[in-house]
Amino acid sequence: MDASNYLYISALLFTIGAVGVVVRRNAIVVFMCIELMLNAANLSLVTFSRINGDLDGQVMAFFTMVVAACEVVVGLAIIVAIYRSRRSASVDDASLLKR
Amino acid sequence: MMQLALEVGQTAQPEAIMFWILGPMAVAAALGMLLVKKAVHSAILMAFVMIVLAIFYIAQDAVFLGIVQIVVYTGAVMMLFLFILMLVGVDSSDSLTETIPGLRPIAITAAIGFGGLMVSLLGRATLGRDAIGLAAANADGNVEGIAMLLFSTYVFPFEVVSALLITAAMGAMVLAHQHRTTARPTQRQLSINRFRGASLGTAAGLPGPGVYARHNAVDVPALLPDGTPAPTSVNASLEARGDMLDYKSFDLAEVNTQIEEEK
Repeated sequence: MDASNYLYISALLFTIGAVGVVVRRNAIVVFMCIELMLNAANLSLVTFSRINGDLDGQVMAFFTMVVAACEVVVGLAIIVAIYRSRRSASVDDASLLKR
Repeated sequence: MMQLALEVGQTAQPEAIMFWILGPMAVAAALGMLLVKKAVHSAILMAFVMIVLAIFYIAQDAVFLGIVQIVVYTGAVMMLFLFILMLVGVDSSDSLTETIPGLRPIAITAAIGFGGLMVSLLGRATLGRDAIGLAAANADGNVEGIAMLLFSTYVFPFEVVSALLITAAMGAMVLAHQHRTTARPTQRQLSINRFRGASLGTAAGLPGPGVYARHNAVDVPALLPDGTPAPTSVNASLEARGDMLDYKSFDLAEVNTQIEEEK
């Protein structure tokens, strides 16, 4: 099987994740869509690693996973903090700067 | 499906079959993430996508990353997501109505544009040679190969990333820590508030759900002694979720209490 098929699916997943970030309102779902985009990028890194025949791509994907884990921890803490003060997990409700 | 797989790809067949079964399922699950209403269902679909990606990694000779993907993502990260979902609960932000007019068509158009661009780009790009594959790089084992790179070429980024992890843990603790700004109300204060408050109705505590109602269930409001239902007796989160039964049908005034003698 041609390895570039994985790249197509990675592009599709990335696009779906991007739409989710724009369209959905629940901050947690938005966050999951960001995770989906990161995972799509990881898939293409792993595929490039296979195409090029060295492991650097896999090491990059490993670093992406670590950074994504950090991002999830801090992001969810922010969501909880916002929920405590505003009683809402909607990204539309956090609009103090607009007023 | 086999025919399609053979048309697109030429090498290892089991991998092609795996890809053409799991790939569409992953894309469908990802689309479902956008379309389902409840955040919990999104999380389950997300976990499915992650597991499929882990299988893809393992199929592409990235055994270590595949296992890490399952342990870190479907294990830890999705667990964390579900935990926060439990904390935050269900609210209006779960609804799918669009608040900014015209956002959805623009987003979908942009997505089709972006996706089409990426796919056509990938379709036109050629490497000029076949994929090398990782047989040589993985000769000593995948974990050993990654460890060799991680502790030689990438040792400095590796250390920086460890600092990032510690900082993130500290940041989460600082953000999630709640500092009480007012003194905690004492038992005495709570008691005074209950009797001197706006209504004396809550002085004896709220009625439990289902008490004196026709159904003895948590989603049915209690009936007060005068026969009127008490919606406050049902848990607020059940009410927000829309799971409370319509209490009007339990109003004693509406219910036929006439007893007809049977012959």
